[in-house]
Amino acid sequence: MFSPDSRAELDQILKRYPDKRSAILPTLYLAQRDYGYLTPKAMQEVAELLELDPTEVNTVAAFYTLFYREPVGKFVIQVCEDLPCALCGAEKIVSHLRERLGIEVGETTADGLFTLQTVMCVAGCDRAPVMQVNLKYFEGLTPESVDKILEELRSRSPEEEK
Amino acid sequence: MAEYIILRNRDFPDIHKLDVYRENGGYEGLAAALKKKPEEVTAIVKDSGLQGRGGAAFPTGVKWGFIPKDVFPRYVVANADESEPGTFKDREIIEKNPHQLIEGIAIACYAVQANTAYIYCRGEFKYPARILEEAIQQARKAGYLGKNVMGSDFSLEIYTHLGAGAYICGEETALLESLEGKLGQPRQRPPFPAVAGLYGKPTVINNVETLANIPPILIRGAEWYRTIGTEKSPGPKIFCLSGHVNRPGNYELPLGTSLRELIYEHGGGVREDRQIKAILPAGASAPLLTAEHLDVALDYESVVAAGSMLGSASIIVMDETTDMVWLTLKTSRFFRHESCGKCTPCREGTYWLVNILERIEHGQGTREDIALLERVANQIALSRPFCLLGDFATTVVLSGLKYFREEYENHIGEKLALSFPAHPQPLVESGRTAIPPSRDLPR
Repeated sequence: MFSPDSRAELDQILKRYPDKRSAILPTLYLAQRDYGYLTPKAMQEVAELLELDPTEVNTVAAFYTLFYREPVGKFVIQVCEDLPCALCGAEKIVSHLRERLGIEVGETTADGLFTLQTVMCVAGCDRAPVMQVNLKYFEGLTPESVDKILEELRSRSPEEEK
Repeated sequence: MAEYIILRNRDFPDIHKLDVYRENGGYEGLAAALKKKPEEVTAIVKDSGLQGRGGAAFPTGVKWGFIPKDVFPRYVVANADESEPGTFKDREIIEKNPHQLIEGIAIACYAVQANTAYIYCRGEFKYPARILEEAIQQARKAGYLGKNVMGSDFSLEIYTHLGAGAYICGEETALLESLEGKLGQPRQRPPFPAVAGLYGKPTVINNVETLANIPPILIRGAEWYRTIGTEKSPGPKIFCLSGHVNRPGNYELPLGTSLRELIYEHGGGVREDRQIKAILPAGASAPLLTAEHLDVALDYESVVAAGSMLGSASIIVMDETTDMVWLTLKTSRFFRHESCGKCTPCREGTYWLVNILERIEHGQGTREDIALLERVANQIALSRPFCLLGDFATTVVLSGLKYFREEYENHIGEKLALSFPAHPQPLVESGRTAIPPSRDLPR
């Protein structure tokens, strides 16, 4: 179920558009926040709230990379390995993270803390290599700075991220 | 440039705050616009010669002039889906100088008499969008937005809208589809968005940087604007410089600045003083240039004359150590990933480009594969899909073969000798990190 906060936010969001359907991406974000990822039940609820067919909601969710339809870690690490970052050593950052987290790209650590993904350009090429953690930028990465970031994240409550 | 016109945050670091923006001429462009008739505002923008900064370089004032009379409501959409590899200019405007964007949107809305505007931010701009939202709230409280803007009869609401990770949504009709809550896939044109855009209503879609150019034009006039840049490409442009350069970054310079000046004077030259091998002037979407082209002027017409496009001016520099097959595979994988799947030539073609390039990369390619690569790319380019993404996907492949064909051929010969029969590399269908860049393989 959507939290009362999300319900209230949705009411505000709906005022922005002449057509409820336009609220599908913002509503899916709320559902993802409340459910952790887009479970079939979450998408069903989005469909009911927006008076849409659940299949349509599912199709739209599947089109976009920032909607997760499987469980993800509390921190989703998205390392850019697109051209400008790749020219500046993104590959090393990815290997370092794989090694430190003990997982492959696309996997989640056993403690449910981190999911590691590689992504296309995130508009941080002047400070490459770059990654986002729960969509927050971390730039000018080195293996050492990555270690510090991981350490800091482990000590942080993911609630702060929302 | 003596003074920043767009990246004014470089001169005034706190300009994201409303009072600092106001102290430095902020919202005077909007005040000037509101004293004129809407069509006069459009005429000024037309006279300035401002062209769309998102890539297409279409004259902005002309675009506004296409809005049909007597059809309401109308919409303005700011395209902040900045996703072209190597582009990071809109992000700086949004994070550091948001009021100039908001003021530009407000002027555009007044010019076309739209009472609602949306800023479509890529999903990865979740936090930059929050800065924008805060600035919108400040502007609204101060009477620059909302009912009766600055005491006039004109009312306006601006909303941010977050995408969710899809490069294609930077294409204007795909963006509209996404904003309407559908799959981000391009529409057939005509009708153009000016006639039937968002919710089927007349809609102006402009890039963030384009809109940020509007307030200074209103304050200082079209004639002043035309003193910057070239005759056919007036004004300042933010060049996003990245790759193997000493000082990557956003450089706001007059259109017409040479590649050499950008890379060597502003960007501090190439890392470790290496030679330039190739330059992508418009991210992954336009043909390669080489060291031969360093004296090309970076304006829309000169880059076309040199065989490429300026696009959004995301200039990626690659030094002599860069493997061109690796590069081509990189950009082809990008387009395979980002193809929306609507048109067959792009959806299937990008798949085959990657497939063939992986074969060549892994030393399993043949000379026939090079010819096949060229044929597939030409077929995509010659097909007539709904948008330009498919065409973009072929540019690096075809220009790579044009300038560096020998390298593709050498790649085959050497890799065959190295890889067969002892260590054949497996073909990898998908999984973007599964294959190490060829720089790590013996050459």
